[in-house]
Amino acid sequence: MKYIDGYRNPEAAERLNSRIAVLACQLKDRHKTAAIMEVCGTHTMAIARFGIRSALPENVDLISGPGCPVCVTETGYIDAAIALAGKESIIVTFGDMINVPGSESTLAQTRSSGGSVETVYSPSNALTLARNNPDREIVFLAIGFETTIAPIATLIETATKEGLRNLSLLTAFKLVPPALKALMTDPELKIDAFLCPAHVSAIIGSDAYRPFTGPKGVPCVVAGFEPLDILLAIDGILSQLVAGTAEVENQYNRVVKPEGNIKARSLMEKYLQPVDARWRGLGMVPQSGLGIRPEYGEFDAEKKHGIKIQQGREPAGCLCGDVIKGKLKPTACPQFAKACTPDHAIGPCMVSSEGSCSAYFKYMR
Amino acid sequence: MKLVELRDDGTGVADLDGARSEVSLALLENPALGDYVIIHAGFAIEKLDEKEAIERIKLFDEIGRAGTE
Repeated sequence: MKYIDGYRNPEAAERLNSRIAVLACQLKDRHKTAAIMEVCGTHTMAIARFGIRSALPENVDLISGPGCPVCVTETGYIDAAIALAGKESIIVTFGDMINVPGSESTLAQTRSSGGSVETVYSPSNALTLARNNPDREIVFLAIGFETTIAPIATLIETATKEGLRNLSLLTAFKLVPPALKALMTDPELKIDAFLCPAHVSAIIGSDAYRPFTGPKGVPCVVAGFEPLDILLAIDGILSQLVAGTAEVENQYNRVVKPEGNIKARSLMEKYLQPVDARWRGLGMVPQSGLGIRPEYGEFDAEKKHGIKIQQGREPAGCLCGDVIKGKLKPTACPQFAKACTPDHAIGPCMVSSEGSCSAYFKYMR
Repeated sequence: MKLVELRDDGTGVADLDGARSEVSLALLENPALGDYVIIHAGFAIEKLDEKEAIERIKLFDEIGRAGTE
């Protein structure tokens, strides 16, 4: 089965763009603009790659939100990971993390000066490393949104079953719905609609966005990653804005169910519990993270190794926080494509392949 | 990607046009051979509903044809 061509049909894209233009005119007649926030790094990349933003009418704006997991992870977390590498642990991480600046240095620098830092594609690789190195402590850098949290939660399950005692997780998990709530109630931002993530929604379900809809809410449309998926979602959002409704619309029902993935959600619930979490850009957001439940405390790297993630120092001149919040377009940052490039990134939004600055640098200059 | 092999240890092999990779099936309820799955970080996070996927392609096709009439 060849799906991909059907999702990139150019005639359909043209037709959807004209529908979007008509809806935008109807909004313009009412002197309205549409500020749509996309809250998923993969959407940010797809929107940039397929030139969707530049093809939109002038009163429709797509704002990149806090959808890049590496970007929202605070500097102090990197500092804690570097400190653990100094304690002879093997640090296991997704590759995007190693060039993210901490207060003083990066994990890449730690590695080149002799620290053990392994980059992996899947959290499962941390289990293999733990089995193969029984006399070393393995610390997995457990960051990410719901899509990544669920796979990482299975590590605790497998390690418990196998009696693996040399694996722990340094957690900085982030939850999407509490971030949406913080963004919606921020007086500095005016968001008219959310383009809701694809894979996060596969885990949490489209019903998770209900609290943000209704009379005081905004349209929330779940979309897949293909360009036509995104255009159809924008079309749906504008139709709602013209009609004055604010509902959840699931345009990715080939994958996303209203209730999400129950098995994944139960696993997360079993091993993890809600905690207050600090986000780069958003600051402290109540109950917006997940931490390891006390009964599984032996897997909690902070407890096991007696360290604490502190607030770090942001890189000088870096405006990533404002970019993450959607207050500043990457191109409006004075460092963008000058002092800050993917090869010499000042902040995480330029380092991560899902960061807004990196998306703008690659596709929209 | 399509599941082409299921193993006893809760993992499997997924295929995309001949490119194969090992995936964990720990997050799926009743994975079966031939299921299309969405993969994230080496884990199948959800099954793809083939019927809905084909419906969506038909819808895009209709939208496209409406544009040329």
